[in-house]
Amino acid sequence: MNNKAMLFDYVLHLADNQVIMAQRLSELCGHGPALEQDIAITNISLDLIGQARLLFQYAGKLDGRDEDQLAFLRDVHEFRNVLLVEQPNHDFAHVIVRQYLFDEFNFLNYQALCQSKDEDLAAIATKALMEVKYHRRFSRNWMLRLGDGTAISRQKMQDALNDLWSYPGEFFEMTGGEEILAKAGIAADVASMKPTWLANVTQTVKEASLVIPEGDWHQTGGKKGIHSEHLGHILAEMQFLQRAYPGQTW
Amino acid sequence: MDDKELQNRFQAQVDAEIKIEPKDWMPDAYRKTLIRQMSQHAHSEIVGMLPEGNWVTRAPTLKRKAILLAKIQDEGGHGLYLYSAAETLGISREEMIEALHSGKAKYSSVFNYPTLNWADIGAIGWLVDGAAIMNQVALMRTSYGPYSRGMVRICKEESFHQRQGFDILYTLSRGSAEQKAMAQDALNRWWWPSIMMFGPHDSESTHSSQSMKWKIKRKSNDELRQDFIDATVPQAEVLGLSLPDPELKWNEERQHYDFGEINWEEFWSVVKGNGPCNRERLAARRKAYDEGAWVREAASAYAKKKKEQTIAG
Repeated sequence: MNNKAMLFDYVLHLADNQVIMAQRLSELCGHGPALEQDIAITNISLDLIGQARLLFQYAGKLDGRDEDQLAFLRDVHEFRNVLLVEQPNHDFAHVIVRQYLFDEFNFLNYQALCQSKDEDLAAIATKALMEVKYHRRFSRNWMLRLGDGTAISRQKMQDALNDLWSYPGEFFEMTGGEEILAKAGIAADVASMKPTWLANVTQTVKEASLVIPEGDWHQTGGKKGIHSEHLGHILAEMQFLQRAYPGQTW
Repeated sequence: MDDKELQNRFQAQVDAEIKIEPKDWMPDAYRKTLIRQMSQHAHSEIVGMLPEGNWVTRAPTLKRKAILLAKIQDEGGHGLYLYSAAETLGISREEMIEALHSGKAKYSSVFNYPTLNWADIGAIGWLVDGAAIMNQVALMRTSYGPYSRGMVRICKEESFHQRQGFDILYTLSRGSAEQKAMAQDALNRWWWPSIMMFGPHDSESTHSSQSMKWKIKRKSNDELRQDFIDATVPQAEVLGLSLPDPELKWNEERQHYDFGEINWEEFWSVVKGNGPCNRERLAARRKAYDEGAWVREAASAYAKKKKEQTIAG
């Protein structure tokens, strides 16, 4: 793989994380537990679509495809997002835990990318970081409220944390290309972020009166294009019009 | 001051175009009418999120998806302003939502129609929001202060909604034969429900005359409907799409478009709960609310705990 192909793959990975998370959140639009949370979740989804567009546009410069060809005309095995973001909206506890685990990572990742030697990536990260700070504040506050709210809410949050705990490990795995790009100061060195991420998450989980699940086995595959069964359904829905009516202007 | 004097003073204030504010004296019937109308308006914003939400996950491009999400988010925001404005009349958001869920309170019947293809999102923006704007522009001058001020904000956002709807249809109407057919199909299904949004003829409208006297309503149903049709027909010509009313034609003498008779049987049937999606819409709202109960309870328990800690600390 040459440098350009490695960079393309890396930028796609970043874009796919945002677009699939945004797609999952957009399913909740109009169905939130209260109007305020409905609006907040839609807002996060909107921010992530904006970030995905910038990243796809940049990837497109390396590859010649436009943002919509990249989002709507690739199949499951070509997506590079982490598995966590494709997990379903089982209930509001799963939505919040998924968001929080992702936001803590997204924050550290963008923070590191602000220093990237690749100017386009650094500029996108700088803009995105402002938004992700707000996302993290929202999801962290809801971790606390629901973890330390009622007995029922605590149980639901602990169940969600147990269900989703096997996914974040993948955040910190690096592909071969990513390692080369990180050495060149272009990609973020995600492997080195794990202790900070874990310390932040442990602090929040403790404050929320929840318990970090035991065991350190984790799911893997998303960054290499091997996904959970959910992604095929997400794409079937998301890509429907572009697939059914190819080559048209919308 | 006796009741008669208060009534007279109130009507004089309305007639002088001085806004009525929450702490002012107002007739009970004025308060009730406003609660009914404002809560119905708020519910319409919230239920209206559902037919559009039906296409968010399938929007054809990232840009369209972002615009649609932003629009639906605005509607949630409008619901919030309106519930808050209605709360100034002494009713809680929970009470209003319960009235919606029990079927006691109504919402705009237009949202009981399904969104079957992507062009429906364009048709809702252009026609349904277009019709809503006609009504809302008039309501910026409504006599109740909080309602009037809410409308000023809402109208700014609604005109953007209407433009994005028109833009979707404009793009489709210049696209492939399949896309044009989508746009025409959407227009065929949404035209009459949009015209019905203005409600019964003035002669049949139960609340109208008192509401006009109190300046809650500033224009009658039929006047608003005519304004909407006159504004919309030329836009349909720009799109190159036909409106499904053979009697629609310009009347030189009246300087207005004539149009065919509305199917009032359908209108009342949908109002009474027998539209294509009435049951689904209410069920979706109830489900979101019921499934959110533990979240709201946890949030208030947490807030209470924090407050006690602050006091103790």
